[in-house]
Amino acid sequence: MNQADTAWMLVSTALVLLMTPALAFFYGGLVRSKNALNTMMMSFISLGFVGVLWAVVGYSLAFSAGNNYIGDLSRLYLRGVGLEAQGTIPHYLFMAYQGTFCIITAALISGAIVERMRFSAYLVFIVLWALFVYSPVAHWVWGGGWLADMGALDFAGGTVVHVNAGVAALVAAIVVGKRRDYPGSGLLPHNVPFTLLGAGLLWFGWFGFNAGSALAASPIAGLAFVTTFLAPMGTLVVWTLLDYARGGKPTAVGAATSIVVGLVAVTPAAGFVGPMSAIALGAIAAVPSYFGLVWRTKTSLDDSLDVVAAHGVGGTVGALLTGVFAQKALNGIADGALFGNPAQLGIQATAVAVTIIYSGVVSFILLKLIGLVIPLRVSAEDEEDGLDISNHGEEAYVHGDASSMISHEGAVKAIPALRSELA
Amino acid sequence: MKLIKAIIRPNKVDDLKEALAKLQIAGMTVTEVRGHGRQKGHTAMYRGREYEVTLLPKMQVETVVPDELVEPALQAIREAAHTGEIGDGRVFICPVEQSYNIRTGERET
Repeated sequence: MNQADTAWMLVSTALVLLMTPALAFFYGGLVRSKNALNTMMMSFISLGFVGVLWAVVGYSLAFSAGNNYIGDLSRLYLRGVGLEAQGTIPHYLFMAYQGTFCIITAALISGAIVERMRFSAYLVFIVLWALFVYSPVAHWVWGGGWLADMGALDFAGGTVVHVNAGVAALVAAIVVGKRRDYPGSGLLPHNVPFTLLGAGLLWFGWFGFNAGSALAASPIAGLAFVTTFLAPMGTLVVWTLLDYARGGKPTAVGAATSIVVGLVAVTPAAGFVGPMSAIALGAIAAVPSYFGLVWRTKTSLDDSLDVVAAHGVGGTVGALLTGVFAQKALNGIADGALFGNPAQLGIQATAVAVTIIYSGVVSFILLKLIGLVIPLRVSAEDEEDGLDISNHGEEAYVHGDASSMISHEGAVKAIPALRSELA
Repeated sequence: MKLIKAIIRPNKVDDLKEALAKLQIAGMTVTEVRGHGRQKGHTAMYRGREYEVTLLPKMQVETVVPDELVEPALQAIREAAHTGEIGDGRVFICPVEQSYNIRTGERET
């Protein structure tokens, strides 16, 4: 047990937990005002349901011995998880730290299906997805599974978190279907400052996500911190230049998006690459996500908040570039293609491909099964009125000092009378 | 010259703009409003207390047209904003006594 490591991991766990509310703001700003609360709740609710699932069974499936493909149930209800050291930190703390990853990964998917997916169906989906997709994939990479044995490099979850969520988002956008008024011109963000706030808080939390993934207050944590500092800067610069080069204006939504793309891309690489490599990696990652996003808007794929372009594409590019820029001199583990080990790139590609296939297939099956029991979409009327009022019975912005509402005691008497009069 | 005031569903504004543009009616003022006709509201719940949301969001589109365009414009609005469900909205047509262009000071008829 090491006290410095424990202190840093306590901080990191809180930082990563903050990323889920940050994501709520990032996504919440991008939707129309009538869906703001629903969109933000899709992130917040993961803190409850997925968090409990993690403690009860997810952690066991991901981080107990089991076999090469999945853990076992020996740590069900956190049996055998206690004050003892896991690595150099308390086992309890390690479990909580990993739980924050599972929570945000499930919440990431929501960006693809906002403004039309029924909240209850979404809730069932993310819980089952955390169980059947996230937990096994986390085991493959971090729990002593086969991708780790193969030598795949994934410092903080480029495949486990971002490729995984990105592919699930793609499948969910297709299965749930597009919004009824997509691609109308009115599907605009209602609060871009929220989105910028969310991007800023995500970056802040991401220091816990990446530098915390060293699981120690170590030099490698310092390296991961610096690459997390630099990569999004490279992405932001290139994204802005692309905006100018295409004759446009540098947009705030673009800036917020590019920061997330840079953070996603550096996630698998954080503790494996040097600082100049991090800038290059962030800069390169801007290009496919930028054009992926531009191209997507011309298709009928309603990945509403571009989870696929940011997390799927950004995560894939980051995982591959980790196989290019990794330096054994820094990390003591493996070199990438640029440092004389081209085979690493192949291993990275295999890890990405397997994650894409597994997450894609299982997400599809889960959504189809849930669809048999609960309609995946809200009704046309509820979609038009907005999901805030129809799914949550609340509005994000109450106008005119609540003159639009009367309290229920009054309503009971006044409204039916008024209605029958009008009818 | 008449003022046409249409209170419609928010997601019908684009269709309406397009339909009016076909009649060469380009100028309009659009306002977010809340209103209440026969459409039923929703129940909201804040801090354990139930509320009835009786005023639902609508868009109010105002445009001034020459007399001969009133009929075609009305037709266009009724087609563009129609869903057949309760809550499609209303159209009001009022006479306009005088109209001035602020920049040129010109009086329009």
